[in-house]
Amino acid sequence: MSGANDPYDPKQVAALSAEALDAAVAAAREAFATAADLEALAAVRPAHLGDRAPVSLARRELGALPPAARADAGKRVNAARVAVTEAFDARRAELESERDARVLAEERVDVTLPWDRSPRGARHPLTTLQERIADVFVGMGYEVADGPELEAEWFNFDALNIGRDHPARTMMDTFFVAGGRDRDEDSGLVLRTHTSPVQARTLLSRTPPVYVVAPGRVYRTDELDATHTPVFHQVEGLAVDRGLTMAHLRGTLDHLARSLFGPEAVTRWRPSYFPFTEPSAEFDVWFPEHRDGPRWVEWGGCGMVNPRVLVACGVDPEEYSGFAFGVGIERALQFRSGVGDMRDIVEGDVRFTEAFGVEL
Amino acid sequence: MRVPVGWLAEYVDVPAGTTVEELDTAFVRLGLEVEEVHRPAEVTGPLVVGRVRGIEELTGFKKPIRYCRVDVGEAEPRGIVCGASNFAVGDTVVVALPGAVLPGGFAIAARTTYDHVSDGMICSARELGTGEDHTGILVLGDGYEPGADARPVVGLDDVVVELAVTPDRGYCLSMRGIAREMGTGLGVPWRDPGAAEAPAWSGEPAWEVTVADADRCDRFSMVALEGLDPAAPSPWWMRRRLAQSGIRSISLAVDVTNYVMLELGQPMHAFDRDAVRGPIVVRRAREGERLTTLDGTTRTLDADDLLITDDSGPIGLAAVMGGASTEIGDGTSAVLLEAAHWEPTGVARTARRHRLPSEAAKRFERGVDPEMTVAALARAAQLLAEYGGARVAGAPVDVDTRGPRPSIALDAGRPGRVAGVPYPPAQVIGLLEAVGCAVDADDDRLAVTPPSWRPDLTDPADLVEEVVRLAGYDDVPSVLPTAPPGRGLTDTQRRRRAIGRTLAEAGHVEAPAYPFVGLPALDALGLPDDDPRREVLLVRNPLREEEPALRTTLLPGLLATLARNLARGQRDVALFEHGSVFPGGAREAAPLPGVDARPDDDTLAALLGAVPDQPWHVAVALTGAREPRGWWGPGRPAGWADAVQAARLVAAAAGVQLFVRPGEQAPWHPGRCAELVVDDRVVGYAGELHPRVCAALDLPARTSVMELDVDALPPAAVPVGPRISTFPPVFLDLAFVVPDEITAAHVESMVRGGAGELFEAVRLFDVYSGPPVPSGSRSLAWSLVLRAPDRTLTADDVARVREGIVAVVELQGITLRSGGA
Repeated sequence: MSGANDPYDPKQVAALSAEALDAAVAAAREAFATAADLEALAAVRPAHLGDRAPVSLARRELGALPPAARADAGKRVNAARVAVTEAFDARRAELESERDARVLAEERVDVTLPWDRSPRGARHPLTTLQERIADVFVGMGYEVADGPELEAEWFNFDALNIGRDHPARTMMDTFFVAGGRDRDEDSGLVLRTHTSPVQARTLLSRTPPVYVVAPGRVYRTDELDATHTPVFHQVEGLAVDRGLTMAHLRGTLDHLARSLFGPEAVTRWRPSYFPFTEPSAEFDVWFPEHRDGPRWVEWGGCGMVNPRVLVACGVDPEEYSGFAFGVGIERALQFRSGVGDMRDIVEGDVRFTEAFGVEL
Repeated sequence: MRVPVGWLAEYVDVPAGTTVEELDTAFVRLGLEVEEVHRPAEVTGPLVVGRVRGIEELTGFKKPIRYCRVDVGEAEPRGIVCGASNFAVGDTVVVALPGAVLPGGFAIAARTTYDHVSDGMICSARELGTGEDHTGILVLGDGYEPGADARPVVGLDDVVVELAVTPDRGYCLSMRGIAREMGTGLGVPWRDPGAAEAPAWSGEPAWEVTVADADRCDRFSMVALEGLDPAAPSPWWMRRRLAQSGIRSISLAVDVTNYVMLELGQPMHAFDRDAVRGPIVVRRAREGERLTTLDGTTRTLDADDLLITDDSGPIGLAAVMGGASTEIGDGTSAVLLEAAHWEPTGVARTARRHRLPSEAAKRFERGVDPEMTVAALARAAQLLAEYGGARVAGAPVDVDTRGPRPSIALDAGRPGRVAGVPYPPAQVIGLLEAVGCAVDADDDRLAVTPPSWRPDLTDPADLVEEVVRLAGYDDVPSVLPTAPPGRGLTDTQRRRRAIGRTLAEAGHVEAPAYPFVGLPALDALGLPDDDPRREVLLVRNPLREEEPALRTTLLPGLLATLARNLARGQRDVALFEHGSVFPGGAREAAPLPGVDARPDDDTLAALLGAVPDQPWHVAVALTGAREPRGWWGPGRPAGWADAVQAARLVAAAAGVQLFVRPGEQAPWHPGRCAELVVDDRVVGYAGELHPRVCAALDLPARTSVMELDVDALPPAAVPVGPRISTFPPVFLDLAFVVPDEITAAHVESMVRGGAGELFEAVRLFDVYSGPPVPSGSRSLAWSLVLRAPDRTLTADDVARVREGIVAVVELQGITLRSGGA
């Protein structure tokens, strides 16, 4: 090392020579490049960037230079130091990303492993289909009305223009409920044979305009087989207002059909008979997605509310008219979801219900 | 109603080339639902008319055998062996020649049998697939040419359309009614078989008749016939049509009454005149009277039953079934034919009371044309004369007390207003006239008198339906009405949906069961004798005698479904059901007010009050693993806690606060039963089933269930939004030694209370029993989160909370085991 006051020639300070600095940079690059991992890189760092590294020592020599020479040499030394630092940083980044890639690869898992530790359950499709139908009507402004399954005969029959000795009354295959412990004691109660008594209950408890839909469980004395069940479900609709016509009924049914069975669905009517509607029709729905090909499928009954029903419920038939309809939920489920056997719907086998999930 | 198309074509000019499918469509458009189309059985190959030329009786065999020579239109008769003997030389029969294949793939070939070559087969109705009669071969009668194709003769080219006739259309239970409908529907000419002129009978009335109940019988007609050949067979064509209509051939007299009923819709009855004793009286039954009906049953009569009687007493249950004492027998040569018009509801009551849904009763209940009585007698007399040699004796009896039928006022615009289709008045009048109505028009005000065969047309609405139906429902356009704004689902409806969804999302599968239960199912649950769930309502006509009651609890159905799933190989099952139950108990019978006006308020209240409450319950049943085993480790078996948790989920979905405390209730395990309490009211129970119940129902041990009355839950309060503090929380863990008789819930409520307004959350994280915890106690450890709304808590705050809690619990004999923030 030269003394501070010695005459100084930078060319003679070896450490500051361009060659020496270039060599130091080259040596550092070489050392960094050959470091195989971050540990090796850390190990060679002091030799090239530490206090005793050539570029560090060279900086220290700068103070000995005369001011005229100092600027020039300083630039060279800084450039060399920057070059070494950059080389180090670059190599470190490279090695870090290699390490990360390796570690992440090692942490790889089989994402197809199941994790059904708390399996989801399901709601019965009869429930969810009823809700879906009700929601279509709620969307149109209807309200959902409820009625009891164990019903007074008067609501189930008489109020609906089905008199005591009417043939339709015996055709309904009714479950009669006894009044007491004696099976033969008449109680005036039946398990409702249709959701239509909700019509009478609604008209007796509300004043028109009335727009309601009533989903629910109903009963007929049919044995369970592939196509029948003694306990089944309907959705009843009732609208009573000024000026309602059969055209409004058709519009409503067409809308329901499209909502459930796709934009191409429409209804077709066949004249029929229900004591509580006049005119009456049974209707079919065009179902393009049927598993056996597009076809008409029988779906429900409908008609204009018989003025006699309006009278029995205290509604003036000269002022108001109305329409009513009922659709079978089992039937809709059968053709909409391709269910072949009624027993699968009623037996509660979890394999059946799970296929329908929580919403339909 | 079965309609042979060939018969229909006698009255309706069905356009040539009309297919069965087109007829089907036309029926459906008229409101006559086609239930089934019966096509004749297929016979291929030569089936011809044959005339028997000679019969040789073969002997020496086990049964009588005939070798016949039959002219089948060829140069020489054929030799045919036949096992039947109901024919004679000269009869025409149906012969299947070699090469013919009869229904069932029965191929005919020439073969040797009974030592003779049989060159074909003489057929019975059953072999041809046209009827059930196999007592002998088919004898056709005159007018058939040997060698002619026999297919049209025996009806093999005749399709039968089976229609479902709705109860308002009684007149469609006859060919006459169907012909009218079809003629109108197809827009083609048709002939009314009931329009024939009544013959000019004269002489003394055939019998003395009194109708004592004109309300129930407004027309009673009768004619006497003599000289009937009792052995005369019914003509083949008549037997064929009866068979096609599903009616068995019995004798000429009976067949004729049935045939005329099918043709004109008028049920008739034939009495053996020689068995009738004295004048006939139509009256109600007297107390204790009995009648043996044609089916051999002796019936005790009700005072409401209408009878046909003579001096001997009842001889017929009017409109429903005749009596055995005057039945037409093998030797009957003189008959009294009766055709009457009976009031429908009385017929319905009698038919139901005696469980006799006869063809006659079915028609009278639905309404029969009262104009047809004499026409039907005339038609029957003509057929009995032609085929049985009978002649009318004396003048017919006709007791007719009917009044004129009132007309119905109809505004000609009304059908259009109902249908939403503008029908011109002329079209309305035209369609009503096509139905058979007489229409008297005064501008748009119509006075419409319905035809005698349409008793169902009583109101303007009925006439509207006829107009719209005949104009065609397809004309009605599709217009969506605008309902006034609605309020959406009710709170109850939303709650039910939320409960179902919550349980399903938590792994339960909904399984609705039939609500029918048997008493053994309640016994299996171990319900004590005075348990209110034993107070059931009984179904008077249950489908299964073993299950006569309506459920008072969801558990029997749910557990049966659980067992069914297990039997089908499932092991881990979590089910739920929600629905109505039907508690029993005495109550007033429901009144049956009239329907001419709204019931008055008292009656309506009585009506609504007579219908029992039907509370909406929810129930859960679990068995097997609640969490399955997997690659993560073993599964977790379902148990009492899952059942209780299901109740907590239900309460949360319903927006109410549930308290759980130990309870004791069948069918639960007495030490593992939680009583579910909301607002101090017990709403249900949850826990493990009693081991005896599991054994009785053959369910796996530890099966757990919950049942809760959703309707007993109070309305949910509107939730209040909490103020969220952003100051830091303090976590404080506290472990206590708690005597076994003190519940965790009780201690937790004290912990909560002790935290006061600094309380944010608490969670039980450990339950431990065993050394060093003394027996009779267990260690319970909670993690408590404390936070102040307005400041950072200090160590002093926390210490104060801990000391406060400890002080409270110590009063109950609970000691702090460890605790620190």
